[in-house]
Amino acid sequence: MTVVGVLALQGDFEAHACVLERLGAQARVVRERADLAGIDALVIPGGESTTMTLGIKREGLAEPLRDLVGAGTPVLGTCAGLIMLDRDHLDVLDVRARRNAFGRQVASFEEELDLPLGEASAGAEPVRAVFIRAPWVEEHGEGIDVLASVDGHPVAVRQGDILAVAFHPEITGEDRLHRWLIDRANARRPEGETGFAREAA
Amino acid sequence: MRDVATHRVKTGLAEMLKGGVIMDVVTPEQARIAEAAGAVAVMALERVPSDIRVAGGVARMSDPSMIAEIQVAVTIPVMAKARIGHFAEAQVLEALGIDYIDESEVLTPADEAHHIDKWKFKVPFVCGATGLGEALRRIGEGAAMIRTKGEAGTGNVVEAVRHMRAIQGEIRRLRSMDPDELYTAAKELQAPLDIVGQVAEDGRLPVVNFSAGGIASPADAALMMQLGAEGVFVGSGIFKSEDPERTGAAIVEATTHFDKPERVAAASRGLGAAMAGIEISALAGPDGDGLLQHRGW
Repeated sequence: MTVVGVLALQGDFEAHACVLERLGAQARVVRERADLAGIDALVIPGGESTTMTLGIKREGLAEPLRDLVGAGTPVLGTCAGLIMLDRDHLDVLDVRARRNAFGRQVASFEEELDLPLGEASAGAEPVRAVFIRAPWVEEHGEGIDVLASVDGHPVAVRQGDILAVAFHPEITGEDRLHRWLIDRANARRPEGETGFAREAA
Repeated sequence: MRDVATHRVKTGLAEMLKGGVIMDVVTPEQARIAEAAGAVAVMALERVPSDIRVAGGVARMSDPSMIAEIQVAVTIPVMAKARIGHFAEAQVLEALGIDYIDESEVLTPADEAHHIDKWKFKVPFVCGATGLGEALRRIGEGAAMIRTKGEAGTGNVVEAVRHMRAIQGEIRRLRSMDPDELYTAAKELQAPLDIVGQVAEDGRLPVVNFSAGGIASPADAALMMQLGAEGVFVGSGIFKSEDPERTGAAIVEATTHFDKPERVAAASRGLGAAMAGIEISALAGPDGDGLLQHRGW
């Protein structure tokens, strides 16, 4: 079974875990360094980016998370997760996020977005994207694929096996982004090997 | 097409606050301390509940200039309180761009029969509850988040525990019912039937449920989280303690690691004196009218 770590210092980690388990993956709550052992993929959920940054520092998680992503582990970041991955935070995604870019809570909104995600989205319906005090990508490097934009600002980007979006697919019943994550995790590991097996070995 | 301020966007912000601590602050300086301690949001108010108790008189919405100063001091969400039923105060808070309104029993109620019709607002509301029926009535009025009332300003967690156990116990009771028993259950709870049915099916409230009212230590936070809270509000407990920076950070840490006693123990070490606290029986007269939790209907 594919083991997906969900960073659970704070935020809507349970919503992500539900989607992952519905898709047949095992969701592992990650709050300490030891929780990262043997995971096949990682989700950084929505939440408060300031709180999450302080939590990552308190738990000494920045370096192991960087190592994990550096080793090619597929990652999905949503909202605060996008911010955590950017140049000013974990610095594994070549973008600079602008926090609360769309304004205060009264300006939070939903909108339909086309999100080209390869096989997982072939001929697919648009994604119902929920933006809550959301960031956007203010600037990005050349290696970044911009998958979707709102008002001219990138809100979904991909860099290899890192997918980061400014909205919350996890609270709408949308599962294509998580499907993509599990597919990427399964594609890069030898046949039949799981996080569990590696951990045991 | 763009839809602004949908109910999903309102309940969604509460989802993002889960596992976190919302702290009462009365100055921009306190707001910065709360943010640096790891708060997921601050509640801007003129006096913390324990001082409201001492001051007496009519407690109202805070001065907009003080709220605006706190809004520029921090980047985390800023909440503020409106009086129960005082929709004009809520309109003012919405105009100020507040991120969440707490329709709160800590302030003096403005309407003794009706709460605010929260569906009319773009800004989301959190409301207090002492039991499931009260929680579901508030959700029926449009609340996007619930918190236990507890007994604010006491530093005594006993009422928060009572209210959380009541809500969780009543949810378990609904879950065990036959569908044809839900009509009477809704009548007894004095709550909308459709929401009662949804809770019976899901086994949880349809919105996020925090705990509030008397939480003053890391262990208090861990207790409420283990009883089913999805996060905590700390009112007087942080800035009435001897060392607010460390107490704030410790309660944040205990809320995250609520199920690991060794982490709660580590967070609890050497914090100095917690807020003094009040025994509940010292507040309640023969008819219990000293209690803030009895405000709201």
